[in-house]
Amino acid sequence: MKPLSSSSLQPFNLLLVFLGGLILLFIMAPLAGMFLATTPLQLFETARETEVRDSIWLTIWVSVAGTMIFALAAIPLAYILARKEFPLKKLVTGIIELPIVIPHSAAGIAILGFVSRDSVVGKIGSSIGLDFVGKPAGIAVAMAFVSLPFLINAARDGFAGVPVRLEKAALTLGASPARTFFTISLPLAWRNIVSGLILMFARGMSEFGAVIVVAYHPMVAPVLIYERFGSFGLKYARPASVLFILISLVVFIILRMLYQEKKEDHSGR
Amino acid sequence: MLKIQNISKQYGIFSIRDVSFTVKKGEYFILLGVSGAGKSVVLEMIAGLIRPDAGNILLEGRDITHEKIQGRGIGLVFQDYAVFPHLTVRENVGYSLRSSHLSHVQKKKMIRDVAVKMNIDHLLDRRPSTLSGGEQQRVALARTLVQNPEILLLDEPLSSLDSKLRSDIRSLLRKINREGQTVIHVTHDYEEAIALADTIAVMNDGEIIQCGTPEEVFAHPRSEFVAHFIGIRNFYRATVVTEDQWDMAVVGDNCRIRLGPGPHSATGFVLIGSNDIILSRTAFDSSATNVFRGVVREIVPTRSGMEVNVDAGFPLFALITAPSLEHLGIKEGSDIFVTFKATSVRFIPA
Repeated sequence: MKPLSSSSLQPFNLLLVFLGGLILLFIMAPLAGMFLATTPLQLFETARETEVRDSIWLTIWVSVAGTMIFALAAIPLAYILARKEFPLKKLVTGIIELPIVIPHSAAGIAILGFVSRDSVVGKIGSSIGLDFVGKPAGIAVAMAFVSLPFLINAARDGFAGVPVRLEKAALTLGASPARTFFTISLPLAWRNIVSGLILMFARGMSEFGAVIVVAYHPMVAPVLIYERFGSFGLKYARPASVLFILISLVVFIILRMLYQEKKEDHSGR
Repeated sequence: MLKIQNISKQYGIFSIRDVSFTVKKGEYFILLGVSGAGKSVVLEMIAGLIRPDAGNILLEGRDITHEKIQGRGIGLVFQDYAVFPHLTVRENVGYSLRSSHLSHVQKKKMIRDVAVKMNIDHLLDRRPSTLSGGEQQRVALARTLVQNPEILLLDEPLSSLDSKLRSDIRSLLRKINREGQTVIHVTHDYEEAIALADTIAVMNDGEIIQCGTPEEVFAHPRSEFVAHFIGIRNFYRATVVTEDQWDMAVVGDNCRIRLGPGPHSATGFVLIGSNDIILSRTAFDSSATNVFRGVVREIVPTRSGMEVNVDAGFPLFALITAPSLEHLGIKEGSDIFVTFKATSVRFIPA
């Protein structure tokens, strides 16, 4: 940030600062208002409710699991997108962006039809004891559906940032394409991939529309908050909201800090 | 040992057409050409990173044109070294040994041996980002040589180094080659080519224009392009002797050319610019110490002036203006004196 100088006080710059400030205020004011309206006692009481704790825990672990499982296929896809040219590549890139633009509840309907008991996927799942509708597996699918683009894009940028020369060098040194991927491409793209994983996890954790269609119960936190609001009103839903936001922030900050450390490990590159 | 037969490749708007050459075992082979001439593409095709559209590559009689990169026994060092930034020097050097069945002890020894040879054994536990350009260069070389490749390919290895480093690495490359390593080296720098090569292949616009020893290529160019590549017609292999504490290059008919201040290696190449040669009908005294008597063999008009070919015990090309030619009354068969300064004589050690 430049120190205050005469140019910074020019009307145009002041206007930019003012508008920027409005945006920040827009984001913070509702949150701040909500925090101020909740007493520590209310928070404490809410945190003691089993229903609330179970819900928050469910939200976190299902998003983690969904992220991890889908990452196994998403990361290779990102690699292909970063390295290879192929016909219809633009189409594929567009398809990956779809989950972001589709209305969430509509996505939920689509997923519901896809994994319900009488669908192909549902039948296969049932045969191995895996049910989706109204179950954590379904929640994971819904969460992953809306959050995959974030991982794929971040991973793709990560792989694209690895110089092709390094992979070529590895090949000339006798490494197979697989070994090159695991010893060269993946480690060097790792920072971006982790960033993408965190984003995917965070996005999945906050999903409401797609999840509620596939699984109203068991209730993830966003659904719990909505139910409380619908049944009992704003005041009753607020403490749970604040609690969930606080926990999300804490989790997010912890992950970011770990990620920063990783950045220092590979200093210089 | 390596035979490139009629290789062609189309890549973007560039192409390589009908490239053929042979590299003997233990040879230092240089592909010389300006940027964009296609030299690096040829190298990558030999390594297997790119497949040619047509033609064959034979290594020791074996057709490797479509063989995978990994099985070829060919090492490649890129222009920017491509050292793995997330691995230590030791891990870089040992990278190609990871999948081999050697014992841990053997691998450690191989890594150490090649590191000592490349003078980087004190850097083994460092990370590449902390190394200088020259050190990274040597890590890249060590990494490639540890697997004892049949051929070492070098893409512009000296281009991004300063002159002191350049001569250090040049000596290192010479040493590696003297110990038996076959080298194919790609460059745009003709001095580098002259100093290191056993054989030079001049490439331009995707084709090989001329192939031969440095003298064959530069002293006897077979095309305008090669002749103008270094722009120097007076090019001789020479041995150096010292007379009265001054170095003299012996060329041609035991003629001695005084060189500029030394030191000079025992053998090398002597280059004299055609513009630096003064012609006269009589000998005259001046600060220039190289004066030879000769006979005019041929006079050829060129774009840059009248090129006078003199036999002074060694062939010399001088460039003078047409008026000067007339003024001096020089004709083919005339007696002539050639004069040039010791300091305008270029010497390239080889």
